[in-house]
Amino acid sequence: MATLDFSSDPNEFRAYARNWLAENAPSPPPERLPITPIEVMTVGQRDYLQTWQRKCYEAGLVGCDIPKAYGGYGMSGFQKIANQEMQRADVPYLINMVGLSMAAPTIMRHGTEEQKAKFIPGCLSGDEIWCQGFSEPGAGSDLANQRTSAERDGEDWIVNGHKVWTSLGHFAKWMILVTRTSKEDVKHAGMTYFLCPIEGHEGVTVRPLVKMTGEEGFNEVLFENVRVPDAYRLDEVGNGWAVAMTTLAAERGAAEGAGSGGFGAGENAIGDLITLAKETVTNGICAADDPITRDAIMQQAIVAEGMKQSARRAGVPALCDHPMRLPLQSKVSITEFDQEVARLGVQIAGAHSTLYKLDPKAPGQGHWPLSYINSYGATIAAGTNEIQRNILGERVLGLPKTK
Amino acid sequence: MTQTTAPKNFGFGEDEVMLRDMARKMLDDQLPADRLRTLVAENPEPVYGHGQRAPWDEDLWAAIVELGWTGLAIGEDERGSDISMVGIAGIIEEAGRHCLPSPLIPTLSASLVLRAAGTNAARAILTKIAAGEVMATLAITNEQGSWEAEDAPLVATASGYDLILNGTAYFVQDAFKVGLLVASARLGEKLVLCAVETNAAGVTLEADHIHDLTRDQATVHFKDVTVAADAIASPNASAAMRTVWPSLLALVSADMVGASEWLLQTTVEYANQRVQFDRPIGFFQAVKHPLVNVMIEIDRARSLLYHACAEIDAGSTRAEVAARMAKSAASDASNFASDRAIQLHGGIGFTWEYGLHVYFKRNLHNQVYLGDGVYQRRKLADILIGPSNTQSGQS
Repeated sequence: MATLDFSSDPNEFRAYARNWLAENAPSPPPERLPITPIEVMTVGQRDYLQTWQRKCYEAGLVGCDIPKAYGGYGMSGFQKIANQEMQRADVPYLINMVGLSMAAPTIMRHGTEEQKAKFIPGCLSGDEIWCQGFSEPGAGSDLANQRTSAERDGEDWIVNGHKVWTSLGHFAKWMILVTRTSKEDVKHAGMTYFLCPIEGHEGVTVRPLVKMTGEEGFNEVLFENVRVPDAYRLDEVGNGWAVAMTTLAAERGAAEGAGSGGFGAGENAIGDLITLAKETVTNGICAADDPITRDAIMQQAIVAEGMKQSARRAGVPALCDHPMRLPLQSKVSITEFDQEVARLGVQIAGAHSTLYKLDPKAPGQGHWPLSYINSYGATIAAGTNEIQRNILGERVLGLPKTK
Repeated sequence: MTQTTAPKNFGFGEDEVMLRDMARKMLDDQLPADRLRTLVAENPEPVYGHGQRAPWDEDLWAAIVELGWTGLAIGEDERGSDISMVGIAGIIEEAGRHCLPSPLIPTLSASLVLRAAGTNAARAILTKIAAGEVMATLAITNEQGSWEAEDAPLVATASGYDLILNGTAYFVQDAFKVGLLVASARLGEKLVLCAVETNAAGVTLEADHIHDLTRDQATVHFKDVTVAADAIASPNASAAMRTVWPSLLALVSADMVGASEWLLQTTVEYANQRVQFDRPIGFFQAVKHPLVNVMIEIDRARSLLYHACAEIDAGSTRAEVAARMAKSAASDASNFASDRAIQLHGGIGFTWEYGLHVYFKRNLHNQVYLGDGVYQRRKLADILIGPSNTQSGQS
């Protein structure tokens, strides 16, 4: 890691980041990247993105707020600035998303000194990719219904079970893993959190799951008598649920960050829809002249601008009735906006929306229908939008708990 | 036009917080929900059966004038308090939250129009409004209910330095609560603005029989009404009306945002108390999730409202787009909030006695007034997509 001497002035750091990104934006990837890092499937994409993350890390744009002892830069409040500038510069995303936005914050909060020193640096550089082992076939929205077991065996634990929807599992060196360590304590009690080796580890099988688009996008991970040293246990035995909540809160926080910085994506999406409408002519009538299509596009333009302004308002306590009211909405708003925009693109493209991306006649390389079909990944992942609405109803509005 | 960098807090600083909180406290004290119900919805018969105007609290209004709310939008030279649009929106949200029956929005709207007109005549009238001597409303809408400023309801003819007005202005808000009409008229190719007293010779106010119990509305007939030179607020008002329109939209949007939040919180409270199947009904996701959806829509409208106000305050060329987005979002959110409030209250919400209908009807009026969501989006599409080559209705 290069030694960089930052000024402690946020404006100077922002200028530095902006300048560095302008000068170091990478050449286009050898193959088209998926929309989000969790969908990265090929070695070519991975190598390209890992190189980019390492470069950003060495330039001081990753790990800004992590103490120097763990490979970071020891600043405070700079990561947000770096993230905003990376969004703004429209450079490739950081591949180690699970590591940066979920594993690292959880380890920083619950880990021992040894664990922080061992796991954080590789997470920041992107040399060690992380995946998440929370969901199971029987534990989706009801996350506490964990079946994967860990049994104590001397200085180790023996893990058996089945995790699903494991994005990046095929490239991951490590997994943040929730297990059940006590059969007596039900549900939230009796769970323990591990940092589990994946790549090349005995007893671990990573198998691709095929999405409804026909593409591979994530994996299932099978554990057969997998040995995990007790030194990789995070926090106390039986405290796994609380640790998992730290991870989910960090994940939501990252989504909010993406919401506040990522509004440009919303504006671009509206621009793309308008372009599509102007280019789509059926029976001599341009879609951009159709009143219903115009209204539908404007509805989404209003949602896009609303998200942008809500992200702004979330930073003004005097204009927020409840501190979590806007932040907790961002996942629902962003994912449903993306879905509605894609659905509208399908509607405007009309008959051409029947065409798969490899059909040369497909407009925009078949982008609209494929995005639409893919959009359900986001409305389901990271807590379905139904679960998000429970959380909003209960925590913000104060309605009785569903469970 | 300036394109300044938008402030992080929309310009909502300590003064604006203080004004809003004072307004909330004052209206919480003076116009709690049960008092509002007794005031405007004691009995449906007088208003709906006999076409009487809904009662309003003139003492409360006098106290509000005393506080200077009618001078909020008026410059310091005219002895107003020159509060930013975002600050005014905060106060109007409270008025909406309490369904305040008053000529507050009409007077602020008329003041903003006069201020945009900028003539000496307009400034002289503003001084009177700021002093609380007279309240005003806009008479700018024609029989078809066009929300285009250029579609003036009246015709003006010159007579020496005076103008003579003829015609009928429709959908005039709270005309019976004010002394002054700011009326728009066609003078040949030009759009003119005139200040006409409600009791001037040749002016007849005919009360509309309306649903909303928190305002009055009139059809105002002008028969050879003489307007002296010092009452011509603008001899050429097209540019001023374009400039001020976003502010008019923002005021109504703020009212809907406040009223809708009240409906949301009131319905949440009910869902926590009302027990069916041995549980508070808010436990059920068929109740919980729609309330969350209402919250999301209100928040979208509220964020867009502050954005619109900040753009207006900055004199930005983007103010029209921002304000039309806010009005569209607020109209739709308020419709949704009203709809779910009644439905989720069940039978009791449908009764006269329970009083939710007071908010429902005020929201309904505001949704339509100055153009609903569909209308705003049609205007937005003309700006953001470009004019439609086929006929897409009014534009």
